[in-house]
Amino acid sequence: MIETELSRCVADFSPGATGVTGAAKLSGGASQETWTFDIVHPGGNVGAILRRAPPGYGAAPSRAAGLDAEAILMQLAFDAGLPSPRVLHVLRPEEGLGKGFIMSRIEGETIARKILRDEEFAKARPMLARQLGKVAAGIHNLPEAKLPKLRSSSSTKEIAELEREYRSFNWPRPVFELALRWLADHDPGPSREVTLVHGDFRHGNLIIGTDGVRAVLDWELAHFGDPMEDLGWICVNSWRFGEIDKPVGGFGSREDLFAGYEETGRKVDADRVMFWEVMGTLRWGIMCCGMMQRFRIGPDHSMERAMIGRRSSETEIDLLRLLASRGG
Amino acid sequence: MQDEPTPTELVKAVADFLRTEIAPVIKGHNAFKLRVGINALDLVTRQLALETPADAAETSRLKALLGIDGSLLELNRALSEKIAKGEVDLDTPGLKEHLWQTTMDKLAVDQPNYASYKREAGTA
Repeated sequence: MIETELSRCVADFSPGATGVTGAAKLSGGASQETWTFDIVHPGGNVGAILRRAPPGYGAAPSRAAGLDAEAILMQLAFDAGLPSPRVLHVLRPEEGLGKGFIMSRIEGETIARKILRDEEFAKARPMLARQLGKVAAGIHNLPEAKLPKLRSSSSTKEIAELEREYRSFNWPRPVFELALRWLADHDPGPSREVTLVHGDFRHGNLIIGTDGVRAVLDWELAHFGDPMEDLGWICVNSWRFGEIDKPVGGFGSREDLFAGYEETGRKVDADRVMFWEVMGTLRWGIMCCGMMQRFRIGPDHSMERAMIGRRSSETEIDLLRLLASRGG
Repeated sequence: MQDEPTPTELVKAVADFLRTEIAPVIKGHNAFKLRVGINALDLVTRQLALETPADAAETSRLKALLGIDGSLLELNRALSEKIAKGEVDLDTPGLKEHLWQTTMDKLAVDQPNYASYKREAGTA
C-alpha cells in the first residue's frame, strides 16, 4: 500500500504529521502516476498530491522535462506568485516511492465541460482569458538563472518533428500534408526572444475556481522556445469544447488574452500566435493518430484510445477552416 | 449471401440496449467507458451507412484531380505526395473543394456533433 511508504516519510516534510489517509490514484500513464491523499496532522488534515514515476519504471519519453525539473518549475512558479501548487517534498530513493514529488492540493475544477457550462463558474469565465494571459507572461518571465536544464525547441524543429511522426504512421492524409506545407512556407524562424515555454498550457492542466485561475499544472512538456507557442496552443479549437467562437479555451477572446499578457510589459506577436495555433491544431491531430497506433500495438488496448484515433478528423476540419476557409 | 438482420441492425440493437437499459445503472469510470463504447457502436453504424457512397465519390474526384487510376488508398498517397512536393496547392482547380468534401464526409461518420462540422454543414 502506498499509504505505508507515504506515512513513513510524511513527518520529514510536514513536521508534526502522524500519517496519511485516503490515498487514491487519480491517473496513471505508462510512466507517471498522480495520487491524491491527506496528510494527517493534529492541526488539521492537509490535502496533498503525489506525482511520481513508480519504482522500476523506464525513462520518461524524450520530450518530457522529467519529474525533477517539473518540481523545480512548479516551485519557481509558486515563488513568483503565479497560481501554482507549492512543492512540499521531492522524493528520495530510500523512501521507496520512486521518482517524483509531493505538492499541495488545490481545490477546483480541471474538466473543461464543467468550467464552460456549470453555473458556479459563470462569474469566472469572462475573466479567464485575461488572467491566463497574465499567467503565461509570468511563466515566460521566470528568472532564467534558476531554471532547470530543459530541451530547446523552435518552430523549424517542431515542424520537422511533426512531419517525422506523421510519416511514421504511413497513412496518407492530404489535409495534414497541406498543413505541413503551410507551416514550412510560413515558418517565422527563430524567435527574437527565447524563454521558458510551459508547453501544455490548456484545459486539463489548469485548476479553475469560482474566482478564476487557481493553478497551472503539468510542466511535463516545458522547454525553451518561442513564448508565443503557449498563446497559440491555448487557442487551438480542440480545447474550445464546442464554444468555437471563443478562441481561448472556449471562454474568452484573443484580445483579452493578449491584453492580460501585455499588462506585464511583455509583447504579443499575433502572427506568431496564429502560426502556433495552426501548428498546435496539427500537433493534436497527429497525437490522436499516435493514440490509435498505441491502441493497435498495445499494451493499452482500450476503446478510449481507439476512439481518439477517430478524432483526428476534427483537426482536419479545423485546419481547413484556418487555411482554406470557404468564407472567401 | 448472408442472412438478415444486417450488421447495421445488429450493432444498432446492441447500442440501443446499452444506452437505454445498461447506461442508467452503471456508475463511475465504467459509466464513462460505456459511453465511449456506445459512441463507438454509433460510429460503426454511421460508417456502414455512409462509407460506400462517400468512398466512390472521393475516388472519382481523385481520379479527375490526378489524372490517374488506382485504389482509394493509392490515390490518396499520390495526392499527399503532390501536396508535399508543392505540385498541387489551394490554387489548383478542384483541390480545395475536394479536401472540404472529403473532410466533411469523414466528420459525418466520426463526429457529426463536432461544432466546427455543424457550423460548416449549416446545421448550427
